[in-house]
This record gives sequence, C-alpha cells and structure tokens, in this order.
Amino acid sequence: MSTEITTDVVVIGAGPCGLFAAFELGLLDLKCHFIDILDRPGGQCAELYPEKPIYDIPGFPVVTGQQLTDNLMAQIAPFAPEFHFNRMVNSIQKQADGSFKLETDADEIFHTKVVVIAAGGGSFQPKRPPVENIEAFENKSVFYAVRKMDDFRDQDVVIVGGGDSALDWTLNLQPIARSLTLVHRRDAFKAAPASVNKMKEMVMEGKINFLLGQIGKLDGENGQINHVHLTTDAGDLSVPATRLLPFFGLTMKLGPVADWGLELNDNTIKVDTERFETSVPGIFAIGDINWYPGKLKLILSGFHEAALMAQAAKAIVSPGERVVFQYTTSSTKLQKKLGVA
Amino acid sequence: MIIHVTDQAGENHALEGLEGWRVMEVIRDWGLDIKAECGGAMSCATCHVYVDKDWLDAVGAPSDEEEDMLDSVGDVKSNSRLSCQILCSDALDGLKLTLAASASKDA
Repeated sequence: MSTEITTDVVVIGAGPCGLFAAFELGLLDLKCHFIDILDRPGGQCAELYPEKPIYDIPGFPVVTGQQLTDNLMAQIAPFAPEFHFNRMVNSIQKQADGSFKLETDADEIFHTKVVVIAAGGGSFQPKRPPVENIEAFENKSVFYAVRKMDDFRDQDVVIVGGGDSALDWTLNLQPIARSLTLVHRRDAFKAAPASVNKMKEMVMEGKINFLLGQIGKLDGENGQINHVHLTTDAGDLSVPATRLLPFFGLTMKLGPVADWGLELNDNTIKVDTERFETSVPGIFAIGDINWYPGKLKLILSGFHEAALMAQAAKAIVSPGERVVFQYTTSSTKLQKKLGVA
Repeated sequence: MIIHVTDQAGENHALEGLEGWRVMEVIRDWGLDIKAECGGAMSCATCHVYVDKDWLDAVGAPSDEEEDMLDSVGDVKSNSRLSCQILCSDALDGLKLTLAASASKDA
C-alpha cells in the first residue's frame, strides 16, 4: 500500500536552491517536504564538488560545496523540513481543487498545494557507457547497481570501472559469482587502497581476472548477454559474460520532468521572473533547472528566485491572507519562528 | 585565436577563443553539443575531447586528477583530454580537437 503524505509544498531536489527555498517558505509558515534521487542533501554541491571551493556566494569569500550544504541545513533546521531521499518523482497530476498529486518510484503519494522544481540539471543517473546496443540488455543482464546479490549468483560477471563501486562489488560478488572479471582502462584506481590491494590479491590467487581495456560490443539475445567484447592494448578480445556491471559514475538527466507538460527551453523549464512559476500555475521552478531571459546558472540567482517564489506560493496556500513583508533582523515574529527570540 | 572543433556528427567548426578562457567554455559558448555539467570543476568528464595528434605536445599531458576523471567515460583514447583543463593561449592558436561521444548532452 502506498504511503500518503499531505503538505503545503513539495520541493523536488535538495540542492542549495531547494534547501534555501525551505527557509523562505518557512518564514511564511509553509511546510516543506523534499524529494531527491540522491541519498543526502546538497545536490551538485554534494555529488559533484563537495570539496571544491566556491567563491561567489555573497558573504562567503570561500566556501566548499559541503560547507554550503551543511550551513543551509543548519539554517533551515528551525522549520523541520522532511526529506525523502533515494527516490524520484514519476508523475505530477493536477487535481480538480487545484492541488497536486505526486507519485514517487518508492510507492509514495504526496498531496500538495504547491510544487517547487529545484532539480538542477535533472536527476543523477548512472552513466551509460558508449556501447551501441546496451539498452537492449539493461535491467535484464546489464545493471548499473546491485539491488539483489542473488541476481549474480553462479553468473559470469564482468565489472567495468576503477572506482570504489567497481572495486567494492568485485570483492563482494566474487564469492558467489561463477566467474568474475574486472575491466578497467588503466592499471591505476581511484578507490580505497585496501580494496585495491585485496583485489590484486584475488587476481594473484586466481580467484578473479583483471583485464586492461574498454568495453565495446555486447553479444547476446532477448536481453541476455553472453559475451562482452573488449578493446585492449594487446588487441580485441571477447569474454564470456552473463552479467555486466558498468560503473562510470553519475550524470544528470532531465528524466521524468520532460513528461510533466511544462513548457521547456532546451532541457530547462520556462518561468516568469516575478513568481518563477512554470507554464502550469502552482508549479514553480528555481535554480539551474529554470530558464528566463538573462538567466545565469548561479547559486545566488537561485536564492533570489526562491525568495520571490515563496511569496507567490504563500498566496496559493493561504489565499486572501495578508502577508506583511518583514526582516529577520527586526521582526520578533520571524525570530520566534527561527527559535532565536 | 581560433580553435578547430569537429563535433560528434563529424562537422568542422572554427571557433574564436579568447585568451584565458577554458576551451570547454569556448565550445559551450558557441553552442556545440557539450554537456560540461560540473562547469569546469574537474568533477565530471562530460567535456571530453580528443586532441589532434599534431597538438598533443603543445597541449601537454593530463594531470593525475584529470586521468582519474577520465575513468568515468568509456571512450578514452591516448589523446583524450578534458577540455575544461585546456586554457586558450596564443600558443594554441589553430588547436584541433574532436568532441567525444561521451561529451554529448544526450550521453
């Protein structure tokens, strides 16, 4: 049975702009639920550049992606937003009363008056290697994640990549696989040294194969692979395989957003610059995912967009209510909400 | 300075670059099919290019960190580079490169 959640606002994407939206919405007494495909807040700041310095956040001469995320989480904590990680919104349907019904791939249904899309470059999804016919085998014998270890028992497994995912699954699947071959383009790994050492021991003991190369064509039928072709420095070769696990990291894809009936502009969502509302009233878009004349993909622009969006969202959630514009420096009412007065 | 870029469809483009710009930024600014999703932070490899062999010495070898990022694409060749790590300069006037399939917005 689906879990049903009713709220004022659902924010899709817990990156910096989405997080700050919870602050601006919170000041206006609107309750937020976040849905994000990643397993933690921060979006691109956490996934792409947690350690990289950012120099153009007002008031911070330098801040890393992770520090900015941590600070935003502390800033919105008084409003206790709720987070739903590791899931994706599959559909948004407008209801007769003007509210929205959202369904996630984790079997949840959200009923909300306002939707804020703050999904950056889209959802992070596994990178598909440039192999011509790979789609035909996906989720049947080619997987980008291990959901059930048992799917790999007694199989001829080929793992591709040189990062922690590739190394960890090499170590974990070796005991149950019939055979296991690790393929990487070079003899250097960007993974925990202990895992790399363990993998090398297994190669020495003859428990797994390690091949230097890149994957080319896949052979098989009806979604079931039987051979993986590799390009190596020593020439091309073909390895028997019944399961393939390519681990090339994540990339952003617009994903289901493209199917929600919103007016788009080249993989971004068109909004107006007063409310940052999409072509569907009640659905807003802020941050890197939106587009308007003069748009700059900057975090600071997303913060501004969040503030104006919140005013418009308030008018939808509490129609007719008079909103008095206040500053956090002087309003005891706002300070009480923040827990500092 | 001019950069000659062959796109994924095999078409050639002569792009005007500005001293100090990253080659990725020039390619993106001219609207070719480059995803460049991390914006030059060397945190992805979606600005992957192949440098023409005559220009390899002038461009130089990738850094260790760049090699690490190249692990995240499946179409690496010996002349693979991340175009965000190549800075435009007079010494590179006439640079020739090809956009990798893995740099496409649809990849």
